[in-house]
Amino acid sequence: MITLNNITKSFDGLQVLKGISMTFEPGKTNLIIGQSGSGKTVLLKCLLGLHQIDGGTMYFNDRAFGDMVEEDKRTLRREMGMVFQGSALFDSMTVLENVMFPMQMLTKKSESEIKHAAEEVIARVNLENAYSKLPAELSGGMQKRVAIARAVVMKPKYLFCDEPNSGLDPKTAIVIDNLIREITQENNITTVINSHDMNSVMEIGDTILFLKDGVKAWEGSKELIFNTDNAAVNDFVYSSNLMKKIKQAHT
Amino acid sequence: MLRLVFVKPTKGKVMRKLIFKDIQDLIIGSLGIVAFLSFFVGGVVSIQTALNIENPLIPKNLVGFATRQSIILEFAPTFMSIILAGKVGSFITSSIGTMRVTEQIDALEVMGINSVNYLVFPKIISMLLLPIVINFSMFLGILGGYAATIYGGFSSSADFIEGIQLDFRPYHVVYAFIKTLVFAMVLATIPSYHGYYMKGGALEVGKAATVAFVWTSVVIIVLNYFITQMLLA
Ligand SMILES: Nc1ncnc2c1ncn2[C@@H]1O[C@H](COP(=O)(O)OP(=O)(O)OP(=O)(O)O)[C@@H](O)[C@H]1O
Ligand SMILES: [Mg+2]
Repeated sequence: MITLNNITKSFDGLQVLKGISMTFEPGKTNLIIGQSGSGKTVLLKCLLGLHQIDGGTMYFNDRAFGDMVEEDKRTLRREMGMVFQGSALFDSMTVLENVMFPMQMLTKKSESEIKHAAEEVIARVNLENAYSKLPAELSGGMQKRVAIARAVVMKPKYLFCDEPNSGLDPKTAIVIDNLIREITQENNITTVINSHDMNSVMEIGDTILFLKDGVKAWEGSKELIFNTDNAAVNDFVYSSNLMKKIKQAHT
Repeated sequence: MLRLVFVKPTKGKVMRKLIFKDIQDLIIGSLGIVAFLSFFVGGVVSIQTALNIENPLIPKNLVGFATRQSIILEFAPTFMSIILAGKVGSFITSSIGTMRVTEQIDALEVMGINSVNYLVFPKIISMLLLPIVINFSMFLGILGGYAATIYGGFSSSADFIEGIQLDFRPYHVVYAFIKTLVFAMVLATIPSYHGYYMKGGALEVGKAATVAFVWTSVVIIVLNYFITQMLLA
């Protein structure tokens, strides 16, 4: 579980996060949604410790991030996995090497144990046939699956995904979404996903944090998001003609 | 950043692999261009020298002597380092810069890996082999000078060989290697810095490589001046 209390963050005078409070629960896919520029990536990078927060507190399973010494932070890092917006695979390494990499760097396991564990995770994301391919030889959807495999191979307690299905066709996007959700449930991971895709919201929006200009404008779930009278949420949800038509058909 | 290069090091086995890969890319990959340039520039230096000696009182062995001096003292260590600032330097900046813009560096950091050590340390270690490249350049430069002299009929083989042995001071080679080691550090660190701290996208990677090249060559030229002043004057 991750609990945020009044998180603020600015970049040279520009306040990007204006006091965010939220709880992300384990075993669930927690979504952060909002328009481009609303601060989703910045919030995720704050959670990862890639950006330092200016104010507020973050708790990881009741441990306050601010009270941790360097050693604790390092341990916490190892409990985190991240799927980057552009996958961020190491382009000089094959699929198998990418997935083996975190274990080679951070554990004392033998090479064969590492290989075995990596193969297991790659099988989990259905890429058995791509072991020795380089990232450049994979489609966007396959790259995302490798990135997910790499992010979960160390059995993280926390998984962060920055727009895991951006740039994918709707069908592949849903495959990726569901893969993340299944892995989250199987391993009781606290998963936080950035998205601006309504399909993802409907598919995996267990809890939803709606950001608007760095403020939490709404909080709820996929069941609640279509029946709220929050104007900002409705504006976001019904911004496309498709969603407008669905709404009309319903009423 | 320099401190980060050495703290919290990467596991030995992984690091060894990285160093071998960088030696392959940075050192072995440069030998071809170095050989080609050294041979032909060495040839041109001796032709120029020969053509400028009209006075019959000047001994013919001067061609060999001048070729040797200019190649050992300046051409191989300094000129080659500038060439490598273009080749090796832009390779380093663009490979690290690409990792920055595609968030591969963030990915390393998220895993709890010291990305500065992971990326920069193996480059510094491989560049310690630069004196070998420069040694190779010296040899081929003088060989190029010899070939051009004989082929152009500017002096006899015996005169040239006498010239390259004339008044030979091993200290000059030591001076050249000291310079080379300093330049090697410049070649590994300045381009790494520009790649590591770049912002933006693919276009900026190209710009960062250009800026890194300019700074690397300026720093090499300035350091060359001070080192020469200190060690030779
Ligand atoms: N490193 C940074 N330095 C300065 N400003 C930044 C930095 N990172 C983000 N910002 C600013 O913070 C704001 C929010 O950016 P962020 O990347 O979080 O948006 P986002 O919601 O993820 O958008 P998108 O959906 O397009 O990815 C933007 O105005 C951006 O310019
Ligand atoms: Mg973003």
